[in-house]
Amino acid sequence: MSNKNILEIRNLTVSFGGIEAVKGISMDIPAGEIVTLIGANGAGKSTILRTIAGIVKPQEAEITFEGEPINGLSPDKIVSKGITLVPEGRRIFGNLTVLENLKIGAYLRKDNIEADIEHVYSLFPRLKERSWQMAGTLSGGEQQMLAVGRALMGKPKLIMMDEPSLGLAPLVVKDIFDIIKTVHKEGITVLLNEQNANMALKVADRAYVIETGNIIMSGTGAEIAADDSIKEAYLGKAKH
Amino acid sequence: MTKTTKTISSCVFALVVAAAIVCVGQFSSPSSMLRTVLQMGAVYALIAVSMNLLNGFTGLFSLGQAGFMTLGAYAYAIFTIPVDARDGVYYLTGVADWLKNFSLPIPVALILAGLVGALCAYLVGIPVLRLKGDYFAIATLGFAEIVRIVMASTPLNRVTNGSMGLTKIPGFKSYYGIFIVAAICIALMVLMLNSTYGRSFKAIRDDEIAAEAMGINLAHHKQLAFVISSFFASIGGALMAMYLNAVSATTFTVAVTYYILLIVVIGGMGSVTGSVLSAFLVIAAKEWWLRPLDQEQFIGGFKIPLLRSGFRMVIFSVILMLVVLFFRRGIMGDHELSWDGIYGFFKKTLPSLFHRKNKTQDPEKEGGANG
Repeated sequence: MSNKNILEIRNLTVSFGGIEAVKGISMDIPAGEIVTLIGANGAGKSTILRTIAGIVKPQEAEITFEGEPINGLSPDKIVSKGITLVPEGRRIFGNLTVLENLKIGAYLRKDNIEADIEHVYSLFPRLKERSWQMAGTLSGGEQQMLAVGRALMGKPKLIMMDEPSLGLAPLVVKDIFDIIKTVHKEGITVLLNEQNANMALKVADRAYVIETGNIIMSGTGAEIAADDSIKEAYLGKAKH
Repeated sequence: MTKTTKTISSCVFALVVAAAIVCVGQFSSPSSMLRTVLQMGAVYALIAVSMNLLNGFTGLFSLGQAGFMTLGAYAYAIFTIPVDARDGVYYLTGVADWLKNFSLPIPVALILAGLVGALCAYLVGIPVLRLKGDYFAIATLGFAEIVRIVMASTPLNRVTNGSMGLTKIPGFKSYYGIFIVAAICIALMVLMLNSTYGRSFKAIRDDEIAAEAMGINLAHHKQLAFVISSFFASIGGALMAMYLNAVSATTFTVAVTYYILLIVVIGGMGSVTGSVLSAFLVIAAKEWWLRPLDQEQFIGGFKIPLLRSGFRMVIFSVILMLVVLFFRRGIMGDHELSWDGIYGFFKKTLPSLFHRKNKTQDPEKEGGANG
């Protein structure tokens, strides 16, 4: 943890109708790293990401981004500070063209976006070929590329990906992790929420293991991957 | 098709439409059915596009259109009835003192009508836009009914003339006035839809959560769409009052909203050209082409069965059902009428004809860029 933390979360509690989904967790996201959250369904990983993005309102939280408190801000304010969420299940705008999707990603920017569109196209040449196609007609993997490309259009400093490999074929999942590495090489901090713990721990600099709203373990990706209880719970055949 | 041929074709098309309207204006008799259909079609086209902006493009299913039309129609009527005609109109209750001695010029009153609708939409939108889907539809429907009943209520007798409604509403002297206003309004909405705002409306329609994650302020944009749609619906209502010369609380019932919804759905949710096209087609079919079905007809002494007053609506409904069955997403779907679309349509439906022609100019095949 020699790096400066870009995002610090203290005491994050979120509840839905009286049930606490996230129970007072604290974590640090160092700038320029890939941090992954792993845990089973319903552990509260997605809720954490959505809360950071401002879509879910926490009961209690202290979230600071680059030293500034951001809890309680509306989602558009948070996006304009440089945090973008790639939502679960891709959620591209199916009835808009690929290009329009990318333009929506740059919605809050006032400067020229032509160069960034070209940049995204150079990262994902497949999107350039399909520039005028309706986004809903893309394949699952291409849609995920578009979701990431769309998020990149906002020039984020921190990109949060919620289950990017969900529902994709194993070969495509490999592509997705290549995308994550590419994004990371751009100098963007990545907060990754992933069920595929095996793949996630391989790319992550740092990992938090979450169970029923609590962090039960944290460490570098390799450390976590080597832990016996984690191996049994998330990496081995006993996965449930 | 190349871009220049497209631009030229579009200009030619616009000129042909304008020329057709002028021809009808110059050469047909003032009472001709064609004139009526064109004028009413223009008004309905405006209102249908305003509804489509909200229902088709932003994905907010509103049924409040008639309410905003009522507001616009009354706002326009109250301020434009000529001063010397006022006593005649308000013969029972008398006119309110502040209204007695002034009336506004038509363009000012039209904009005022729009603003009244927009203001009400803003106020109503604050609570109502928190609702989603069916609940939003019901709430707006309720709003429309409230407006209608308030307009006819006795405390407002000296302003709205209560249940008797307002008459002697002045209109444009020229036959072209309605077309010009409708065209300007529709053009403004198209500009809006092609801007970043339009894109964010469509994003909200496709996926609210993703739109929010991209930094689109949902509440603000929904409010904006609702206010703009209501502004133009109110102007549409004012044009309707102008065209009818009279307005009362029963002019804009819920049935009017459904009628406009029908035009929007037939034209295609999310297509401006679809709404315009379908407005003219639906009005022409209902008011003109199917009229003969309402009278008893004889072919050489033989009376055709079933034809009687009201039969037209039976056939109209059957046609609607057929259209919806064969064009599930309306005539245009969510596409706009484009030259590429027309070209593609003919290429598909008349393959043999185009095949022969195309052999010489195959390199021109690309150009599907303009959706």
